[in-house]
Amino acid sequence: MITLQDVLLLSGVLFSLSVAGIFLNRKNVILLLMCIELMLLAVNFNFVAFSRQLGDLHGQIFVFFILTVAAAESAIGLAILVVLFRQRKSINVEQLDTMKG
Amino acid sequence: MSFTQILFYFFSIVLVISATGVITARNPVYSALWLVLSFFNSAIIWMLMEAEFLAIVLVLVYVGAVMVLFLFVVMMLDIKVEELRAGITKYAWLGLPVALVVIGEIGSVVWVKSSGSAPLGLSSVASPAAYALDYSNTKALGQLLYTEYLYPLQLAASILLIAIVVAIVLTMRKRPGQKLQDISAQVAVKASDRVRIVKVAAVQPDADQQVEGQS
Repeated sequence: MITLQDVLLLSGVLFSLSVAGIFLNRKNVILLLMCIELMLLAVNFNFVAFSRQLGDLHGQIFVFFILTVAAAESAIGLAILVVLFRQRKSINVEQLDTMKG
Repeated sequence: MSFTQILFYFFSIVLVISATGVITARNPVYSALWLVLSFFNSAIIWMLMEAEFLAIVLVLVYVGAVMVLFLFVVMMLDIKVEELRAGITKYAWLGLPVALVVIGEIGSVVWVKSSGSAPLGLSSVASPAAYALDYSNTKALGQLLYTEYLYPLQLAASILLIAIVVAIVLTMRKRPGQKLQDISAQVAVKASDRVRIVKVAAVQPDADQQVEGQS
């Protein structure tokens, strides 16, 4: 059987990989969005693992809602990205310094 | 080690490799494809953890919709990859230790503190037994979702609707020479502007023509 510890460790590794990805790809907005998706996936792993361990389906319902909100978030994020690229001809985060004092 | 466990470890390893691929790939298209692989592996692991409905939803929603959206955007934009990858290791000295510290902390919580006679140790918690063969995860989730979580479900649906509307409104642009409806003009139009009623006197056909037509 799959133990709770293994799943928690796996989700921790996934989460920290995506944190490292945000550090590495800090210029590319698309990669940042992908890393956020990966983080949400790691969090969902915890929910599913504890839901199964405790025999409580409410955790899986929560995952369902997280998936919904994440889908909406990435759709709006990509729309903003497209508008941004149209305006600036670039998706480099370092060039987005219009509001810098 | 049971067969389920072997499968779990195998797919976990593939998942970690593909997540590493996401963050290190040279091209954003490859990153998106690695992310597709990691979503597939997560779906398989969730299926091993008896969350079948969510596994299918993950494949349908994430791989089928969100990642296709990502790929469309990546291919549509003309990105200069080299410029974005310049100085990628500039903050690696910070990022990698942070990642290692997070892994170490979680590992210590999960493994070190749970061994021995710690009262809250995870290893003292037995894994739950598998569900009966006629147990339906989808049915149980549906029963919860449509009774107890009916209003949150409606709220989630409206969030999705708002997301659709916002995405369209943000990305739509007005070009000159585009053929568009003018809705206020359409609504304000009167019937008398469009329809002209013409009175036409009735015409009696000749008797000869009628006979010809019948023959």
